[in-house]
Amino acid sequence: MGATVEVHRSIDARGMPCPGPLMSLIGAVREAEVGQVIEVWSTDPGSATDIPAWVRKAGHDLVEVEETPEGTRFVVRKAR
Amino acid sequence: MTRDRDDGRNPLPLVLFSGTDDRLTAAAVLAVGAAAMGRRVHVFLQYWALDAFRADRIAKDHGAAPEAGPEGRAAMQRHGGQHWSELFRQAKEVGEVRITACARSMEMLGLSMEDLDPLVDGQEGVASFLLAAGDGGITFI
Repeated sequence: MGATVEVHRSIDARGMPCPGPLMSLIGAVREAEVGQVIEVWSTDPGSATDIPAWVRKAGHDLVEVEETPEGTRFVVRKAR
Repeated sequence: MTRDRDDGRNPLPLVLFSGTDDRLTAAAVLAVGAAAMGRRVHVFLQYWALDAFRADRIAKDHGAAPEAGPEGRAAMQRHGGQHWSELFRQAKEVGEVRITACARSMEMLGLSMEDLDPLVDGQEGVASFLLAAGDGGITFI
């Protein structure tokens, strides 16, 4: 789990229920520039399916998903 | 920017009838999820759901459906999260979401557009809603 990607923005959405973390991610991706990388931390079990589904649908890249005892970290690159 | 839209081919038409916070929250979660996934959402407010969108009542406690019981209400309060009106606001931010009031319910409740929260885009009759809903199924909550 080597986090070698440079993260431009980190969002701590831990404790937010579904769909809070996804909506936080969408807001951040909209504000970012193409190519920038955003990470979002979540403890919402819905994020495990929702974030990959949205990233695929919206045409971005899911760079990494890291599960830790403190929550799951989703790393997303804005692709367009 | 067109890839996260689906050109309205697959809209989600939601009819909201119930005015309790649990059902409105469930509907708002569906709306925000559909909007995020690029589906056009059309919400039609009838009866007690319309009453809950009154500007002077939207933030107040609207209770829960009878099946919630005391335990269910406690679980809802413990869980917290965003208010359903905020979720509908987010849905409008991320996607194409239109919220209209049923003209018949407006008349029954003696309401005009000025009485409603700005989330509500206008009022219309059922035929107009059905036309916008397309040929797919309608979800009634």
